[in-house]
Amino acid sequence: MAETEKYTAGKLALEIVGILLGLLFLVPFYFLIVNSFKGFAELQTSTSSLPKAWTFDNYSRVWDIIDFPAAFMNSFWITVLSNIGLVVLSAMAAYRILRYPSRFNRILFLLFVAAMVIPFQSIMIPLVRVADGAGLMDSMYGLIVCYFGFGVSLNLFLYHGFIRSIPLEIEEAAYVDGCSRYGLFWRIVFPLLKPITVTVVILNTLWIWNDYLLPSLILHKAELRTIPLSTYSFFGQYTKQWDLAMAALTLGILPIVIFFLALQKHIIAGITAGSVKG
Amino acid sequence: MEKSGRKLDNMVHQWVFVGPMLLFFAVIVILPFLMNIYYSFTEWNGVSSEMKFVGFANYERILMEDTDFRNAFWFTTRFSIAQIVLTNAIGFALALLLTRALKTRNVLRTVFFMPNVIGGLLLGFIWQFIFVKGFASIGEATGWAFFELPWLGDAPTAFWGIVIVAVWQGAGYVMIIYIAALGNVPKDLQEAALIDGANRWQVLRNITIPLIMPAFTICLFLTISWAFKMFDLNLSLTKGGPFNSTESVALNIYQEAFRNNKYGLGTAKSLIFFVAVALISLIQVSLTKRKEVEA
Repeated sequence: MAETEKYTAGKLALEIVGILLGLLFLVPFYFLIVNSFKGFAELQTSTSSLPKAWTFDNYSRVWDIIDFPAAFMNSFWITVLSNIGLVVLSAMAAYRILRYPSRFNRILFLLFVAAMVIPFQSIMIPLVRVADGAGLMDSMYGLIVCYFGFGVSLNLFLYHGFIRSIPLEIEEAAYVDGCSRYGLFWRIVFPLLKPITVTVVILNTLWIWNDYLLPSLILHKAELRTIPLSTYSFFGQYTKQWDLAMAALTLGILPIVIFFLALQKHIIAGITAGSVKG
Repeated sequence: MEKSGRKLDNMVHQWVFVGPMLLFFAVIVILPFLMNIYYSFTEWNGVSSEMKFVGFANYERILMEDTDFRNAFWFTTRFSIAQIVLTNAIGFALALLLTRALKTRNVLRTVFFMPNVIGGLLLGFIWQFIFVKGFASIGEATGWAFFELPWLGDAPTAFWGIVIVAVWQGAGYVMIIYIAALGNVPKDLQEAALIDGANRWQVLRNITIPLIMPAFTICLFLTISWAFKMFDLNLSLTKGGPFNSTESVALNIYQEAFRNNKYGLGTAKSLIFFVAVALISLIQVSLTKRKEVEA
């Protein structure tokens, strides 16, 4: 029906309402960006107008203050390595639990899923102690291990639901042809999981890239700071320096916004798939 | 001989596939969760080796004396109600708008979703600037009283400030889920009702909404969980202020443990928090599930 509807006056009115709402949603980005190119005095006196003279000063100063390249690389490696581990290990665990449903595995599945309702704040206090004892503190790999633990519930749940829809005959045929059990998973099953892997990676990336609380508890050294951590410490030192702050925040949101705009089709489809199953 | 070999083979397969994740999960989630329960019955500053077992003293103190925690719970409840209602109402309205054949609907979908990809910590800082500087300058230019309020400076504006940002961030996400659900409603049902003389509002109420109840279940679940666990945005936008009026439970737990070094008290609070979140989520899912119907 919608596709064949005529473009009536009513629809034009809706279109205008939509565009106005869209602009309203973008206003915060307008303030952020225009003020990042102003000097401090101009920002104070005319906050809502465009800059009279565009200056990149704020950016060049902030680039060093928040050590943007290092923060970016830290965020990048933490996100990428956590994703690889979570995808591989969750897919394997979900496969085994589903295809060999012993009582142990069924209970395990319930345990993984039930843990999804535990808020992070109900674990974080002893977690710091456990991480300390296990040598995970102040280490990028330590933080990644923490992401394995916190991410597995949702990841395994999504893989479990997807693998269930793969017909067993495919695996049986490969098995008859002499494929080993390990080869069966890596060469036959894992490639079939690609659609749900995209969803899993997108959900993990949006979560891990933006996470503040867990990294703030695990990473204390300045050189390990991720983008949210270095932004937070910037605000601790430079209060009310809004000119620098706007440049720091613009830099901070840029990578994830580019990631989103480049992959938005997949991201929106992935989120739909992920939440309908989750 | 061959049989036991196969059994061993199976054991190896089980532990190669499940073992690593189970290990990480046990160490990172299960162990701290159990320790959390134990700590909540102790008095401990997080550093000293002395950990005194105090029974239910922490719980008694929280329930009887701790007005900060009570205020934090009350704030979180009010915030959650406002956030859940507004996020879902606006997200659903946007979804209705964007399922019409508008020329700009793909662009608009991107725009409405965009705030969601940015983390709460950075959003809080961005909006702090907008409330303090941006709103003031709009107020000066237009003279509208709304923008001339002391934003973030007193309890009501700080409360609504957090709600505005949370809704702005979350509405696009639930919109995506509602759009997907609306796309699955059979068109012939809606058309038949329109031909039978129902108006658009009646079709929406009596046909569309009952058919997309599963989407409401999901979106309510998500928004409840966001609202109760909100931390980053709270920290960067108001830090609980002014005068602790916007301190959420999550932030209160954090301050108790890591600022005041009262780990026993903090863990007891976090266990109460866990029970509250789990109960509310379970009640919500079972209530809305009951309203789901088949086409």
